Amino acid sequence: MRDIWDSFVQFFTSLRVTVVLLALSIVLIFVATLDQVNLGIWAVQEKYFQTFFVFWNVKGFPVPVFPGGYFIGGLLLINLIASHIYHFRFAWKKSGILLTHAGLIILLVGELLTGLWQEDYQLRLDEGQTRNYSESYRENELAIIDATDPDWDQVVAIPEKHLRDHRDPIQHERLPFRVAVRAYYPNAAVEARQESATSPAPANRDIGARLTIIPLAMTYKPNERNLPAAVIELLGPGNASLGTWVISTMLVQPQTFDYAGRTWRLALRFERAYKPYSLTLLKFSHDRYIGTEIPKNFSSDVRLQSDDGTTDREVRIYMNNPLRYDGMTFYQAGFDNNDTTTVLQVVKNPSWILPYIACIMMGVGLTIQFCMHLFAFVAKRRRTA
Amino acid sequence: MKRYIPLIVLFLGALYLVSPLFQRSKSDYNVEDFGRIPVVANGRTKPLDSVARNSLLLLQGRQRVVTPDGVRLSPNEWLLDVFFRPELADTYQHFEIVHPNVLDFLELTPEGGDGKKRFSYLQIVPKLEELDRQSELAIGVEAPVRTAYQRAVLNLRSHVILYQQLKHSLIAPDGSDFLGDLLRLQDNLDAAVAAVRNREAGNEADPELVRFTMTMGSKFLRMDQIGNLLVVPPPPGGPEDSWHKAGHALLGTFQHGSVNVHALTFAGLQHTWKSQNPEQFNTLIEKHRAEWARNYSSIITKTDAETRFNQASVFGRTTMSLYVLAFLIAAFSWLKWPEPLQRSAYYLILLAFIATTIGIATRMWLEGRPPVTNLYSSALFVGWGSVGLCLILEKIFRNGIGSVAAGLTGFCTLLIAHHLSLSGDTLEMMRAVLDSNFWLATHVIVITIGYSATYLAGFLGLIYVCRGVFTRSMDKPTADALNRMVYGIICFATLFSLVGTILGGIWADQSWGRFWGWDPKENGALIIVIWNAIILHCRWGGIARTRGIMAMAIFGNIVTSWSWFGTNMLGVGLHSYGFMDQAFVALVSFVATQLVFIALAYVPAEKWRSAAALKR
Repeated sequence: MRDIWDSFVQFFTSLRVTVVLLALSIVLIFVATLDQVNLGIWAVQEKYFQTFFVFWNVKGFPVPVFPGGYFIGGLLLINLIASHIYHFRFAWKKSGILLTHAGLIILLVGELLTGLWQEDYQLRLDEGQTRNYSESYRENELAIIDATDPDWDQVVAIPEKHLRDHRDPIQHERLPFRVAVRAYYPNAAVEARQESATSPAPANRDIGARLTIIPLAMTYKPNERNLPAAVIELLGPGNASLGTWVISTMLVQPQTFDYAGRTWRLALRFERAYKPYSLTLLKFSHDRYIGTEIPKNFSSDVRLQSDDGTTDREVRIYMNNPLRYDGMTFYQAGFDNNDTTTVLQVVKNPSWILPYIACIMMGVGLTIQFCMHLFAFVAKRRRTA
Repeated sequence: MKRYIPLIVLFLGALYLVSPLFQRSKSDYNVEDFGRIPVVANGRTKPLDSVARNSLLLLQGRQRVVTPDGVRLSPNEWLLDVFFRPELADTYQHFEIVHPNVLDFLELTPEGGDGKKRFSYLQIVPKLEELDRQSELAIGVEAPVRTAYQRAVLNLRSHVILYQQLKHSLIAPDGSDFLGDLLRLQDNLDAAVAAVRNREAGNEADPELVRFTMTMGSKFLRMDQIGNLLVVPPPPGGPEDSWHKAGHALLGTFQHGSVNVHALTFAGLQHTWKSQNPEQFNTLIEKHRAEWARNYSSIITKTDAETRFNQASVFGRTTMSLYVLAFLIAAFSWLKWPEPLQRSAYYLILLAFIATTIGIATRMWLEGRPPVTNLYSSALFVGWGSVGLCLILEKIFRNGIGSVAAGLTGFCTLLIAHHLSLSGDTLEMMRAVLDSNFWLATHVIVITIGYSATYLAGFLGLIYVCRGVFTRSMDKPTADALNRMVYGIICFATLFSLVGTILGGIWADQSWGRFWGWDPKENGALIIVIWNAIILHCRWGGIARTRGIMAMAIFGNIVTSWSWFGTNMLGVGLHSYGFMDQAFVALVSFVATQLVFIALAYVPAEKWRSAAALKR
């Protein structure tokens, strides 16, 4: 038993394992970089890094072909920590190396936490527009809004993945009906239906009766997003059908209907994150170099107002100068509509401080070690000379 | 005698290095001062000399032009002909076309071109419509997936457009007497404007004067629409960014009531250049310069410096020859006269290093930026960094290895820089996303030094393998010295590439909201760090010995090249600002040669020619 434990320890503290893991990580990163051309940056992260194994589809079955980011990163972490526990002997001569490796541990942990906790949203604002929510880059939601009261809406938001996965009708205590998904398209265009079309309309309520749904291939390009569409049926008590609707992120206007004495609105929209404050775009500027179309600077002048009345100020967000507020960071990410719309990227990353700490530790550690080597070398040469 | 050899070499090398500065053109015309005229192009103020050189590099990949009559033109003389005698310039073969299918639809054969690849505008003109049609087809395809043919078509069309833009920048290139027309307009301006107004109001007007005025107006409009250089400066003391095209200024004639004096000067220059009247040409140029020196001295200071900088060509042939010479001398020193030859080589490297340092500093001053702002300048800086490290190594070890490595890396990086410079102005403006001097000065510099060091370790590995396998000159002390050098340089490389990568992460966190985004360039940098870490761990753990370390260091060349260039070729990600395609072949061949050297490192030790020497 002792032998097994020893060989176990020996394996995990071995430098050879470190080298092999590092080599594997190079291969993984290299292949993932190449695959970005096909998959785009987000899918690559899911396929290669935020996973224990990289799978290949062999005749419809996912076959693990290579260790993924979590696997390699995890083993490296174990290897790193184990060897320091088992071979730990403090010596000033090793202080730089120790500091570097401690920094590396923090960096790896930080990257793991970022992968788990980071949320990315975008906030589009036309000049003069005010918004108190940002929208997801990739996720969508079905919003069912009780709009009976003119002063406030009550919203039930169903994430897109429930539309995709749910076989049974979706039930929610705030809704007097259940939602059954009859068809779901991860990326689709909706177009006006031709008069002469022979196929039946996809739905019978509202605009759905006049549309056709054209399924499209999923896109992974960095500047495009998938626009899902679905056909849903609402079911009242005793499974009485209220009708079927086409919902799509391409349909900007919500569809309205009355049921059970209340007014309802339906919309498939980009997933929203509401904030206890709002941003108003006062002005967007896009400077170019004289006589060219080369962008010199983008900047958004915005007004930030919190609901509790403690904050009301004007902020300028521009390249390399984000606004940090309430644990969120707002970056200038793009523009649209002839320079009258700004696109801000909104990021929440509670572990953002860890890389900074790790950096300082590793930078200082390596510098110490390098200088010690250098001084020893110079001193030795002086003696021999 | 031997003692003086290094000093003589130093003196001759210095003389050779500054020689381009003292070359004077034999022309009767003051072409140099013409080249000093400041204009705004691609968003920055630069002398016409830079416009001429950059345009020629873009069109044909070299600055030399030979007319059909066999006369050799300087870039400025060429530009003068393009501006003022377009009918002649149209016959100059300065469009490089190599793709056979492009030649096919232009109905040209390589034999019809200068050097079998350069053609004149007149040769292309009959097929311009077909060129447009082919371009329209190609432009619909997204840039990263265009074929070589499509890229060649679009390239050629952009070159033809550039040529047309230049022709329309100063005068209307229709063969008319532009100066005479402008003077006539000047003298009859009130009458001319009144005549056109009368005609528009339906009243009687002198038809000849109306026709003339309308024609001039449409010429100005064409110049404004097609020309690309902003040649009319703001009035003295006016806002810095209100430069205008000549066409725009001339259109203003009808509002301001007088012909713009700058536009008139250019028309005068055209008149004198076309009628080949050097005295008048020189007088005009002198007047122009005096006027600029009076009113725009701060602009002139920079553009004159840039002209001198172009002329000195510190990153050009002379410096490259110095590197090659130093390499040869230092390598030869391993066979004979080690002491004087190594010192000579060291001096030459030092000269070249000083020249490139001055060159990089000048670029920084001209641009108002840290040294590395684009791929071109990164090539210069990688070379500069690794030559600097080599000088330190040579100072410590005094065995010629540092000089050989410096000669190799210095020459290679300048060669790469030369090829990168073919894509246009190397002092281009920074795109908004990169516009941060603080991060350019920290992240970019540190990471570029990391590249330098990783390359240097690789080239030292190459020296180890080649010297060991092919010569008998590598004895034990030399091998040990190389081993120590590579180890030290890899430690240095690890430090800089790690710190540089992390600083990049912090920049990304500041600008884009994420520390690490798995962007190709970030991944490339990370791979360099990991590879260096692997080498160090292999050495510490005794997993690889000298030979293994050397082979791994050589593989570092591949890793670094991938990060530096390969990632940009993917055409995705935030760093794909320097997309190139011809470079792909070069990259693949480089990788192949490095693999051959790695294989050579594993030739059995007893087969090495230095096998006996190594045992001593």
